[in-house]
Amino acid sequence: MDNVNVRQLQDVVIRFSGDSGDGMQLTGTLFSDTSALLGNGISTFPDYPAEIRAPQGTVAGVSGFQVHVGASRVDNPGDYCDVLVAMNPAALIANRKWLKPTATVIIDGDTMTEDNIKKAGFKTLDPIKELDLEGFNVIIPDITTMTKEALKDLGMDNKAMVKCKNMFALGMCFWMYNRPDDYARRFLDSKFAKKNPVVAEANKLVIEAGYNFAANTHQIANNYFIAPAQLEEGVYRSINGNTATAWGFCAASEKSGLPLFCGSYPITPATVILEELAKRKDLGVKTVQAEDEIAGICTSIGAAYAGNFAVTTTSGPGISLKSEAMGLAVMAELPIVVVDVQRGGPSTGLPTKTEQSDLNQALYGRNGECPMVVIAASSPSDCFHYAFMAGKIAMEHMTPVILLSDGFIANGSEPWRIPEMKDYPAIVPPIVEPREGEEFLPYARNEKLARGWAFPGKAGLQHRIGGLEKDHLRGTISHDPKNHQEMVTTRKQKVEKVADYLPELDVYGAESGDVLVIGWGGTRGHLHSTVKQLLDEGKSVAHLHFNYIYPLQKGVEDILKRYKRIIVCELNEGQFANYLRQQFQKYEFESFGKTEGQPFTVVELRERIEKMF
Amino acid sequence: MADFKYTPADFKSDQQVKWCPGCGDHAILNAVQRAMPEVADALDKPHNKFTFVSGIGCSSRFIYYMKTFGFHTIHGRANAIATGIKTANPDLSVWVCTGDGDSLAIGGNHFIHAIRRNIDLNVILFNNEIYGLTKGQYSPTTKLGKITKTSPFGTVEKPFTPGELVIGAKGTFFARTIDQEVVLTKDCLVAAAKHKGMAVTEALVNCMIFNDKTHAMFAGDKATREEHTIVLKHGEKMLFGKDKNKGLVFENMRLKPVTIGEDGYTIDDILVHDAKTADTTLHSMLAAMKYPEYPVAVGVIRDVDDENVYDQRVQQQVEEVKATAKIKCVDDLLRSGQTWEIR
Repeated sequence: MDNVNVRQLQDVVIRFSGDSGDGMQLTGTLFSDTSALLGNGISTFPDYPAEIRAPQGTVAGVSGFQVHVGASRVDNPGDYCDVLVAMNPAALIANRKWLKPTATVIIDGDTMTEDNIKKAGFKTLDPIKELDLEGFNVIIPDITTMTKEALKDLGMDNKAMVKCKNMFALGMCFWMYNRPDDYARRFLDSKFAKKNPVVAEANKLVIEAGYNFAANTHQIANNYFIAPAQLEEGVYRSINGNTATAWGFCAASEKSGLPLFCGSYPITPATVILEELAKRKDLGVKTVQAEDEIAGICTSIGAAYAGNFAVTTTSGPGISLKSEAMGLAVMAELPIVVVDVQRGGPSTGLPTKTEQSDLNQALYGRNGECPMVVIAASSPSDCFHYAFMAGKIAMEHMTPVILLSDGFIANGSEPWRIPEMKDYPAIVPPIVEPREGEEFLPYARNEKLARGWAFPGKAGLQHRIGGLEKDHLRGTISHDPKNHQEMVTTRKQKVEKVADYLPELDVYGAESGDVLVIGWGGTRGHLHSTVKQLLDEGKSVAHLHFNYIYPLQKGVEDILKRYKRIIVCELNEGQFANYLRQQFQKYEFESFGKTEGQPFTVVELRERIEKMF
Repeated sequence: MADFKYTPADFKSDQQVKWCPGCGDHAILNAVQRAMPEVADALDKPHNKFTFVSGIGCSSRFIYYMKTFGFHTIHGRANAIATGIKTANPDLSVWVCTGDGDSLAIGGNHFIHAIRRNIDLNVILFNNEIYGLTKGQYSPTTKLGKITKTSPFGTVEKPFTPGELVIGAKGTFFARTIDQEVVLTKDCLVAAAKHKGMAVTEALVNCMIFNDKTHAMFAGDKATREEHTIVLKHGEKMLFGKDKNKGLVFENMRLKPVTIGEDGYTIDDILVHDAKTADTTLHSMLAAMKYPEYPVAVGVIRDVDDENVYDQRVQQQVEEVKATAKIKCVDDLLRSGQTWEIR
């Protein structure tokens, strides 16, 4: 390695891509976890098709995993990549647009056959020329051949050998960025060694082969080093948004002292939350895999009635199916959390792609005057915090809560400084205990306007509730006009009162000035990076990000009035902008929306926001 | 031994019962309130453990008339909500009041899946073969050809027989009763309560207003009811008729009603009812019997012991995993797997 330059880098973005059966998600995860363990900042973005195995070699079947590794905190998975690993011509054609001008492109030469090139949709048989890649550092090793060569003594069949080729690419990247392979080796052992030791051995051998190939050939001139990030002291782990959501609910359950219940129906990209909670029987979690989305929420409503902290999880069209039952939870004033991991819509839409277009439905999508608290998480790790807060608000205020996540933060991962539960606040739901000689009034309210939570099984608290309008105290059926008005008003006031208990809003950047950039939910990382760049260049700009959507935190107007122009950036056609326009009519909100199924890029955000100065 | 003793009055709420005069639901309410003290005794469960859940429809107003915990939910979803309640707290005695529209049309999916899971719910399925609360549209149990508001020229869709649906889904308990037979209803409900697992009791109720006399051919007249129905009792001969001189035999793979002493049939030819067998063949045939070819079967048709009771199994799994788990609290969970420290 004496003729190799080791260079220091601030950050690098690598995009692993191949057929959806090529193991690109695993390859990317191993690279990002290895980097996280080295203390780098990371952010990841899995970008995969809805089909499990779309036709091999076609663009439709390309699965990608982008990882952004940095020597400081990394807020987003990066717009464009420094390295593209393309395991076939289709992956090359699909990802050409994401290359930085200086990018290195690694292609498996064995896959560059006439057949594959045609299948990928090239017009000519020279993909390099056709994609204008001549100026890039293009490396075309015969990865499949070398993988088979490395494994020739293990007695594996051809198919099993070829399956290991993703590890060759991983090995090459390990060399390029000076990553040790010990974490990947441990992972492969724990995954395969018991069931299939040959597979574990083979994968490890291929990582080495890729590493040695990169080190020995002179095709890659440089070897880079990314210093560990200067992160706050503490114990860290890598976490994705769905797991963080599941764990946040476990935390809310522990703090409330009530068992956690999850009734859900599998749906992409929310399913991992149900899967994770199904594992958490060690913490007493009960999960019901329901027969449909409606039963998912209805079992949760039943569990909440019975005195559990109950949640239900869904995505896309699933939230539509749950609408009626959400109305029941509002009427019965039972605490449940409904998670909507948003994906591209309408209808089945883009199941594996991200979007923020369910906001209007979360706010308004139910019959009648039907207010629910709406909260949005904004990064993979803060899903933990907002899931916890959703639980706390639901149980303490006796209201259903919608927690909005999205495909981008749900599947993406980042390092997370692990909190300690002693630092989290208590959750004190208004649980009713029977009192001798006192009539129990199911709809009597406390200072939060929350009604008492009386679990079946407690002697003396027998009462009847339901979806019909009810008497404001006794909860019996009431069709009295004045009572209905009172109940409608009270339900709304109860939800709006939640604002009294929310933290203050925080603005990043200029105290006052030219431009205020507003976002909500999962766009935080991209907006933060964009505003940071503009601030570094001396622009008068600030970023205001919302996690509490309904009710909004107090003091929004005090912030709005300090800036000359306001722009709302979101992955929809301006739903939050309209929501703000309705409430703050004196102000002009410009709207920058995008519905491509992809997160924002910092480049496009800059381009739009720069026009405002 | 229980330190409580209840009377039906303990289960009557203070709400005015608002069903139409003459509605079959009144009789079912009466039977349920009479069954409850017996059930409390048999299960050794105090009053506060009883929870009634309903969907939407006339019969779903039931819960307001019971002085127990009650949840009047949304159309079709009572079985799903009750599943959540029972899973969250298996110690409760959970009752579902639902109708033929509620559980067999809009809530059909929840109904069959609750049966499949064998969760320990007691479902009272009020079958009046009509939508009453919406004023007279045909339901999934309405007889073929029936003229209703939404079938002014007669229906062109065949009805479900609820018992066949339950038994087809491998339900472990199915009973059938007639609104006017308060004692039979009470007995079915006590048996349902004792059954571990999902228990469906179909109550044939009359809707005076929109579907009067729909069950009347066999059930309407007390004098002839014994001739046209057969009360099944586990371990007893399948006999019916006022003089118990008729019975069911099994011939050519079919059930056949016969008269003892005629055509060479003797008491020895008559089948003995085995409600406990897991085999569904005969139970299904009994549930499917239609008047006038057959007497309509009432009583406990199927009552099979099955250890796989959903709510119990969920609870058991949680306890088993907890007993040996390394993760005991959320702090353990957050630190499980791969972590690293920055100093």
